[in-house]
Amino acid sequence: MKHSTFFWFFLPTGLAMLLFIAFPLVSVVLQSVHTPHEAVLVTVENCGPFGCKHETTIDQDATRALRDAEPLGRFVGLDIYFDRGHLAIAEVREAWVTSENWSGFFNIIGNLPFYRAMAFTLTFTFTVTPVLIILGLMIALGVNALSEKIKGLVIFVSLLPMIVTPLIGSLILFWMIDSRGILGNAIQWLAADPDLSLKASTGLTWLMLIVYGVWHSAPFAFVVFYAGLQTLPMDQIESARIDGASRWEQVRYVIVPHLMPLITFVALIQLMDNFRVFEPIVGFNAEAHAQSLSWIIFNDLGGETRQLSAAATSSMLTIFGVAILLSPVLWRTWQDFKGKS
Amino acid sequence: MHLRKLALASAIAIMASTAAQACQISARVSVVGNEFPAIQTVGKGAQACSGAEVSTNLTADHQKINVAGMSGNPAEYTSAIIANSSIVALMNNDVIRPLDDLVAKHGKDLQKNQLITINGKVMAVAFMANAQHLVYREDVLKKTGIEPPKTYEDMLAAAEKIRSSGMMQNPVGGAYKAGWNLAQEFNNMFLGYGGSHFKDGSAQPNVNSAAGVNALKMMKALSEYMNPDFLTHDSNATNAEFRAGNVAIMNMWGSRAATLVDVDGVSDEVKNGMNIAGPMTVGGGSTPASTLWWDGWTVAKNVSDAEAEATFIAMMNGIDPAIIKDENIRKQAVWLIEGYTPTDAARGVFAAAQANTIPYPMLPYMGLMHTALGAELSDFMQGKETAEQALADVEAAYIAAAKEKGFL
Repeated sequence: MKHSTFFWFFLPTGLAMLLFIAFPLVSVVLQSVHTPHEAVLVTVENCGPFGCKHETTIDQDATRALRDAEPLGRFVGLDIYFDRGHLAIAEVREAWVTSENWSGFFNIIGNLPFYRAMAFTLTFTFTVTPVLIILGLMIALGVNALSEKIKGLVIFVSLLPMIVTPLIGSLILFWMIDSRGILGNAIQWLAADPDLSLKASTGLTWLMLIVYGVWHSAPFAFVVFYAGLQTLPMDQIESARIDGASRWEQVRYVIVPHLMPLITFVALIQLMDNFRVFEPIVGFNAEAHAQSLSWIIFNDLGGETRQLSAAATSSMLTIFGVAILLSPVLWRTWQDFKGKS
Repeated sequence: MHLRKLALASAIAIMASTAAQACQISARVSVVGNEFPAIQTVGKGAQACSGAEVSTNLTADHQKINVAGMSGNPAEYTSAIIANSSIVALMNNDVIRPLDDLVAKHGKDLQKNQLITINGKVMAVAFMANAQHLVYREDVLKKTGIEPPKTYEDMLAAAEKIRSSGMMQNPVGGAYKAGWNLAQEFNNMFLGYGGSHFKDGSAQPNVNSAAGVNALKMMKALSEYMNPDFLTHDSNATNAEFRAGNVAIMNMWGSRAATLVDVDGVSDEVKNGMNIAGPMTVGGGSTPASTLWWDGWTVAKNVSDAEAEATFIAMMNGIDPAIIKDENIRKQAVWLIEGYTPTDAARGVFAAAQANTIPYPMLPYMGLMHTALGAELSDFMQGKETAEQALADVEAAYIAAAKEKGFL
């Protein structure tokens, strides 16, 4: 392609990317290294139904003057990145010095919001992603073997978990697993323990979120793999059969290698999605047991606190996290690309 | 000529009087607020105005959206219904306007104690008072031979009696959902033990104290008698447990208690057995372990004068003294509206006010403290760490947030 043709061809995309990806990113970076100005506080008399009282309030005029002088706020560099709500450098260093063994160290670290959120997020990501890929593949193979008559219906039903809005899906399950709900009651009966509650135990809450994550995302893997199965070279399968390959060997040595690019694709998308786990935590009211970076961002932006800098910093950390997570896959793709060219 | 003038004057007079009754407005009104019955009544009253569109968005998530919805220019919401806690966020972000001029023009009916003045300027108009207090099942307590508890220690003893009598497994209810609710229950208990959230006059935290540890220990003891899912129960879920007959004693909001059993599907046993009493004290203290609240409305700063005036008129119509002539509306809340006489359902809140319950602190950094409490206390409630450790975490989380926001 000629350079000028390429330029005009790419221009609209480039502008859109600049506007919708690059600028917001710059804004988030700027926000994460600035914090609001020091509040100018004054004591005033407030009156209401319960009488008058001297209370502290923000001096709006003085604060506005500060804000007008420096609209971005105070420049603090990486302070927010290193504070207790995020990487907690000082706290981690102290834990390293004071704790006598590894378990003591991890206890202290697990008490810091960022690391607690990472512990759940990584556990969630690295269990849900492989399980949903295997499950998706199994569904796809199963559906592919069905007769044409019922295929359409089965495909539709298998897609339902993905069609349900995540928040709604998790709310429905939340009520079902309540200790007075149908599933919660059934589990109590099975375990012969009337006090058993999924929502009251951290381990069971994590398990529940992971099961939900697999349930919700497996249809995505299924659809992709099912599409891939339609391009399966039949002569290869046939020759494998003639060579005496069992069904398992056909899957292992013919089908899976054929679907490998798709498996990489699904893994990539799902790693990214699961790292940003958010809706199930809200839907299951699970914030006492499980938190993720996305949930922390949501919480920081809540009405009364509105910690924009903290939220921006958590967003940046999420981006770094996704980048680290995807780097092996991206590296492999790059190697493949170089090998081919 | 004379006749025509007279006719015109009387026509105008008639129009003016019908306008006063029917509430005429000439600009957009948009209200955001919480969703309990009394606020829905006020919202409906505002929507009765004609002449321009009045929309309301009443949701439990109002605090997450009101600041954002009022920060733009023009603001999406022309009014936010808030309480003494949430007005602080609006003040901090400077999104509400002083109402003195509108009060002088349209607010002659308002009583003085309805005007929330901050530094001499009217910033909100309060229409109801609220507090958390005891709600209990009289029939259950009578059967087990116990008096309605006056202290939290009594509540624990009553809970043990009810459980051992076999009537209920988890007789105590509480809105202990991790986050805002859990923090609020801590605030109640902490103030009941004589604690104060901040070191005198500064933004330095002061919750890691004997009062804080005692408050947490009492909450933990109470939670032993609650549904094991208590960390996921907000006040709606707690009320559902009460309606289902699973709970006999709980600390509940006055604004929700009054109409608690007025829904379909509540058994007669629960309906007839429900009763209300004042808030409880704790640890031998005389200050109730509760907080006093007012709910009121504000007018956004970033709207045109016409919209501000229309909003004021519509909201005044929402709290028109005529509404409390309806018995069902009168019992929805402790109205601060002229002509209100307390109903039976208002006993709890009145008892709270008489017992010198402390109003929820209106401090610019209280919201950060509340959030830190909500996030860090659940570990203790699950038995994962000590009370001292949980409170140290709260202070550390608060300090990090307060430093970022420029309070420390």
